[in-house]
Amino acid sequence: MAYITCRDLKLGYDGRVVTEGINFEVEEGDYLCIIGENGAGKSTLMKALMNLNKPMSGSIVFSDDIKRNEIGYLPQNKEFQRDFPASVGEIVISGCLSKCGWRPFYNRSEKKIAEENMKRMDIWELRKKCYRELSGGQQQRVLLARALCAAGKLLLLDEPVTGLDYKVTCEFYGLLSELNRAGVSIVMVSHDLEEAMGHSNKILQIGREQVFFGDKNAYLMSESWKSFHQHHKDHCHQNENKQKRITGYEPDRKFEEADKNETYDAQYRGGDRS
Amino acid sequence: MSIPSTLALYFSYPFVRYAFVVAVVISLSASLLGVTLVLKRYSFIGDGLSHVAFGAMAIASVFKLINNNVIVLPLTIVAAIILLRTGKNAKVKGDAAIAVFSVGALAIGYLIVNVFSTSANVSGDVCSTLFGSTSLLTLTESEVWFSVILAVVVIGLFIFLYNKIFAVTFDEDFASATGINADRYNLIIAILIAVIIVMGMNLVGSLLISALVIFPALSAMRIFKNYHSVVICSAVIAVICAVLGMLMSILLSTPVGATIVTVDMIVFAVTSINPVRKG
Repeated sequence: MAYITCRDLKLGYDGRVVTEGINFEVEEGDYLCIIGENGAGKSTLMKALMNLNKPMSGSIVFSDDIKRNEIGYLPQNKEFQRDFPASVGEIVISGCLSKCGWRPFYNRSEKKIAEENMKRMDIWELRKKCYRELSGGQQQRVLLARALCAAGKLLLLDEPVTGLDYKVTCEFYGLLSELNRAGVSIVMVSHDLEEAMGHSNKILQIGREQVFFGDKNAYLMSESWKSFHQHHKDHCHQNENKQKRITGYEPDRKFEEADKNETYDAQYRGGDRS
Repeated sequence: MSIPSTLALYFSYPFVRYAFVVAVVISLSASLLGVTLVLKRYSFIGDGLSHVAFGAMAIASVFKLINNNVIVLPLTIVAAIILLRTGKNAKVKGDAAIAVFSVGALAIGYLIVNVFSTSANVSGDVCSTLFGSTSLLTLTESEVWFSVILAVVVIGLFIFLYNKIFAVTFDEDFASATGINADRYNLIIAILIAVIIVMGMNLVGSLLISALVIFPALSAMRIFKNYHSVVICSAVIAVICAVLGMLMSILLSTPVGATIVTVDMIVFAVTSINPVRKG
């Protein structure tokens, strides 16, 4: 049975519908990318999956194979409170908290899980470092290690690469693919179309209502993809031209991807509060 | 008289010893919660609550109870819960709600004290409620026990919930998403704040109690950069400042509350000027 089954979801807030008619499943081993226009309700959908807000109607059913506390969550790379004094180790092990129940402190096996995940993310040497002094890529790996402490089976990611540079972004996606191959199911909201098409096996595109759900290869043949991709390319093209006009400099092919990421970020960061 | 003999004389009085015990336990519990409060951006709730506690104290004084805390504590806890709820409600901005609460409570409190008070020295009563000037040295044994028991409960709960409080403070969304009941812990934190503020009223008065909550935490955050060390350092600073402040107020005959808070301030200033960075 599928880990998560969503039926006829209607999402919104303050009585305003953002998106509706959402139907999809997440199965074991899936790598599902959720894409859509700015403000289409991708983050709202993610929050509903995490039980942070309730759908207006419809149902989200988790199978018996997966418990609430087997789901890890990686938030949008938000600016954590700048003065928060927390070491990497403290943050990572806080992912184990839901395993504690009423027990006040972590036991040996939870400390072991935290250690393994820190080593897996290559941040074991940083464990005593203060979180706010790390680079963006390192911070994201800390949060991923924390999510893995909580998860094991399913990771929910909400635009995890926002604000990261090109090289770190690639590394990060590499880590995700590795985890996916090791059996962790992944559900990711993404603006990065190339990446979404590269690694995922399923696509969910949403707008005012569900546009597409299914296999990635089927999506690449569909009309939805063609129009969405064209729209996306136009955006990038505009930005490239703008840059040429301003700087008189044509971006190097090698860095084009990086630039694209940045311009996506700049475009989407402002509006996407859904 | 030399300093040691002055102190020896003072400590031969039981009320001075009581005052010492109360000052240390209250400062300690305030500083523990203070770290959470500062990081959760709840400092202002602490400040608002202290005004509410002043109003509640005025109401309690009308009823001429043996122990005013019977009324003050529940009222302050209720206010803490309401402030926490409105802080989450987008329609009423949290800071405005707090301003309304605190100013309203101050006005009503002063009004009640003025209209109903039978005491000859109204302004003296108000002053000691606000600044805790002399009340500390007139503590009764039962009030000392009340403070000590509350402090033990606060510190015990803090230790018991330490990891949960950290998780909810650092990233509430993540905690909720992985099945931690964040609202429950926020509620517990709010209630603990209310308890600490009511306890602290006896020591430093309602206007100065926020200082006991905030200063040690801020100083500790200047020195250490992980949560565990900050919490411990904050507690140590709070206890040292409380002891130093008490001793100074005895030797210099200054008001107890204001002296302790001044010592806290000096420590904060020193840590800010010379940030010793440790891991």
